[in-house]
Amino acid sequence: METILEIKNLKTHFFTKAGLIKAVDDISFKIKKGEIVGLVGESGSGKSITGFSIIGLIDAPGRIVSGSINFKNEPLLNASSNRMQSLRGNRLAMIFQDPMMTLNPVLRIDTQMIETIKAHDKNISNQEAFRRCRDTLGLVGISSPEERMKAYPHQFSGGMRQRVCIAIAMLNKPDLIIADEPTTALDVTIQGQVIYEMQELCKKTGTALLWITHDLAVVAGIASKICVMYAGRIVEQGSVDDIINKPMHPYTIGLIKSVPSQNKKGEPLHQIEGMVPSMLELPIGCAFHDRCTKTIEKCKIEKPIETNQSDSRVIRCFNFKDIRK
Amino acid sequence: MTAFILRRSTQSIIVLFIMSLLVFSGVNLVGDPVEMLINPEADQAEVERVIKELGLDKPITEQYWYFLMNAFKGDLGTSFIFGEPALKLIVQRMPATIELALFSLFISLIFAIPLGIYAGLKPESKISKTIMAGSILGFSMPTFWVGIIFIMFFAVYLGWLPSTGRGEIGSFLGVKSSLFTLDGLSHIFLPALNLALFKLSSVIRLTRAGTREIIHQDYIKFARAKGVAESRVINVHLLKNILIPIVTIIGLEFGSLIAFSTVTETVFAWPGMGKLIIDSIYNLDRPVIVAYLMIIVIFFVFLNLLVDILYTLLDPRVRIQGSN
Amino acid sequence: MLNTDSNSKIINVFMYKFWSDFSESKVAVISLLILIAIVLIAIFAPLISPSDPYDLSKVSIMDSRLPPMAKNFAGDIFILGTDGAGRDMLSAIFYGLRVSLGVGVMSAIFALIIGTIFGISAAFFGGKYETFIMRIVDIQLSFPSILMALIILAAFGKGIEKTIIALVLVQWAYYARTARAAALVERSKEYAEAAQCLALGNKKIMFNHILPNCMPSLIVVGTLQTAHAISLEATLSFLGLGLPITEPSLGLLIGNGFQYMHTGDFWISIFPGVALLITIVSINLVGDQLRDMYNPRLKK
Repeated sequence: METILEIKNLKTHFFTKAGLIKAVDDISFKIKKGEIVGLVGESGSGKSITGFSIIGLIDAPGRIVSGSINFKNEPLLNASSNRMQSLRGNRLAMIFQDPMMTLNPVLRIDTQMIETIKAHDKNISNQEAFRRCRDTLGLVGISSPEERMKAYPHQFSGGMRQRVCIAIAMLNKPDLIIADEPTTALDVTIQGQVIYEMQELCKKTGTALLWITHDLAVVAGIASKICVMYAGRIVEQGSVDDIINKPMHPYTIGLIKSVPSQNKKGEPLHQIEGMVPSMLELPIGCAFHDRCTKTIEKCKIEKPIETNQSDSRVIRCFNFKDIRK
Repeated sequence: MTAFILRRSTQSIIVLFIMSLLVFSGVNLVGDPVEMLINPEADQAEVERVIKELGLDKPITEQYWYFLMNAFKGDLGTSFIFGEPALKLIVQRMPATIELALFSLFISLIFAIPLGIYAGLKPESKISKTIMAGSILGFSMPTFWVGIIFIMFFAVYLGWLPSTGRGEIGSFLGVKSSLFTLDGLSHIFLPALNLALFKLSSVIRLTRAGTREIIHQDYIKFARAKGVAESRVINVHLLKNILIPIVTIIGLEFGSLIAFSTVTETVFAWPGMGKLIIDSIYNLDRPVIVAYLMIIVIFFVFLNLLVDILYTLLDPRVRIQGSN
Repeated sequence: MLNTDSNSKIINVFMYKFWSDFSESKVAVISLLILIAIVLIAIFAPLISPSDPYDLSKVSIMDSRLPPMAKNFAGDIFILGTDGAGRDMLSAIFYGLRVSLGVGVMSAIFALIIGTIFGISAAFFGGKYETFIMRIVDIQLSFPSILMALIILAAFGKGIEKTIIALVLVQWAYYARTARAAALVERSKEYAEAAQCLALGNKKIMFNHILPNCMPSLIVVGTLQTAHAISLEATLSFLGLGLPITEPSLGLLIGNGFQYMHTGDFWISIFPGVALLITIVSINLVGDQLRDMYNPRLKK
């Protein structure tokens, strides 16, 4: 199938007063048309920055230092800001983590939706734009959308607001939606609904989805491919089946063991020893080495490179073969 | 909404009542009200007549009642100097002061909001740093001294603009103001600029702070993620949000413009109520001082009420909660 | 246990940290140096002034309104000229700084003490007492300071101690608000709760535990309010309502020059104004840097 997004050796660094933060440091992955890819990692691992790098909204002091992002065979890093603006919200949409903060509190829902259409189609009539917004709102499961269009964000619950955001992302039927922890801030019951609805919508429209989350369990249910991020790098990627059932990287193994459902009743939950390192003072060598159970001398001095196991399976570890034994 | 306005109006009346009590006890505590409110040059018969009129021979609670009733009737005493009702003197001079304050508010806003937004959007740029340095300077310069400098430079040295007085008054749609004649405009320009300078700095700082806070909000980033043009992000998404604190402050700033006009009016001999109060303090014309105080209190309470109502109109979060 | 040695080490570390943060802004360092110079001039005014401007035996009306750098018959040079009474402007400014700074700092200190006591106690005791105090503070803060001061002076008459009282009455509310806000934050922190659990006396908790942690924000407000107090005093004295002629502050000097303005004798009001401006600007710049240092929102 056609590749819609290809990221190669992307590095996004933040030049802060406290020092250099390599938030995204040499990551590569692909998303195919209509595919759902999960990007999993702890907070601060650089997964959101990856999302913002793709849509070109990295704020100072951050900057994309090197690498390439190809969207439908178009290199985005060389694209003009006008070109990026015409892609954003049109072919390339994003949903944010906290729906309470994502909608402008002083603008009505209709204003915030219609402007998304008008930004990309100057000639559309107001009535036509309004109809499309209303229909999309209905599509994401908001009842009596016509009335709700006139409301302000604070009149919606968190789950409803996230549905509005999803509707906004879907408005122009994009080729790719980047969903940055879209369900983290929601109640568990709402979470399930929203995940299901998004999956259905993407299937219907053939939209690809990059699902950024810290919750392996969520992504295992919907994605076909998973990338695991740790301290700015993808440490392992592969198909859902491979990652969940045959994890190779010690970090992935630790993550899967930490999912509560993996435990037997009465047993203490598994945890990965140690703390997430500060992004300002990453250890020399593999960033995971001081928490890893399989550390060898080499891990402490050298950063592991990516090794292709198969076409879709990539691992960054010196010692993974031993793990498989 | 109506319930909210009603509730706030009741609060305002309570504040007014408390303030009247304060002013009254101020007059009674600081000195002898007979001495305070009656012209020292009056003869014995006159003193007795005024004592009767003001109820100063009655017990203190009754005196307060008299004071309140007289205030309601608009009778706040007679000026020692002008021999006219104090209230009338103040009301006569009020348009000049309000016109000056409004014009300087206008000057400060049209400059301050764009400059503040720019400084907030690009905090590290040279221009922004210059704007901020300028605002510290403007903030630090005593109003009266700037006024003197303006007169020396524009009126005495260059001779471009007049330095004193209000100029010719024109009429437009039944409103009388010196803003409608060229002569009037030339007279109002220096004092208004002088008065505006101080506010300019604080509005710049406020706008900049608001911009810096709001520009990092998720909804701004989301608007950009939707592909909305940057000009719309700034003019709609950002501006609508910073207007809320700005409107609140503008109301209070307008009050402080009225207050600082006492200084500017004195420097530029602007015939407003600010100059009147300073002159009255010099001349110990106490009925005028008390009347001015009452008027200013009413004015401020009314202004605060207005600001609150405007605030609810601007912020849908407050507006809709209020209606429920 | 801490001995005095390790105590002084802690203070050294603190001072080092303070200075390295403060000196991040060159403008602030320069302002601080200027401010120190101004304070020294104010303190040693009688020693460094070319002449005593208020010694009537030395001031001659013959020398009145001489322009800057002029010489009189006796050959004295007046660097900044003379005023209407023949006083040397430079000396008058040095003496004026003394009065302006003195009144400003004095009123700021009194207002700080009074405001802090009310603010911290309001935060600590809460309830009706807090509501009452904060209502007064709110009402007062919604009323411009210049008007408050005018009215107070109109009631009491002018004079140095009356001006200080007026400035304190105008400014205490700012400190009360700041102290209360800071104390509320501190009070909710664990150490204050712990101190309360240990049944330490109220006074002890307020002054030994909460007050030191409110100090940074109070110092910031104090610095900026001192500038405000100086400016306000100058305004009042210019209007002829603040200090009497016997205590000529910078504002009064400017006011004296105001009457000669139309004759073009600019130096009589301009130079005291420049001195006033430099003083206020340097205090504000130092205060701004302090605020940036202690503002948790800007620290990332």
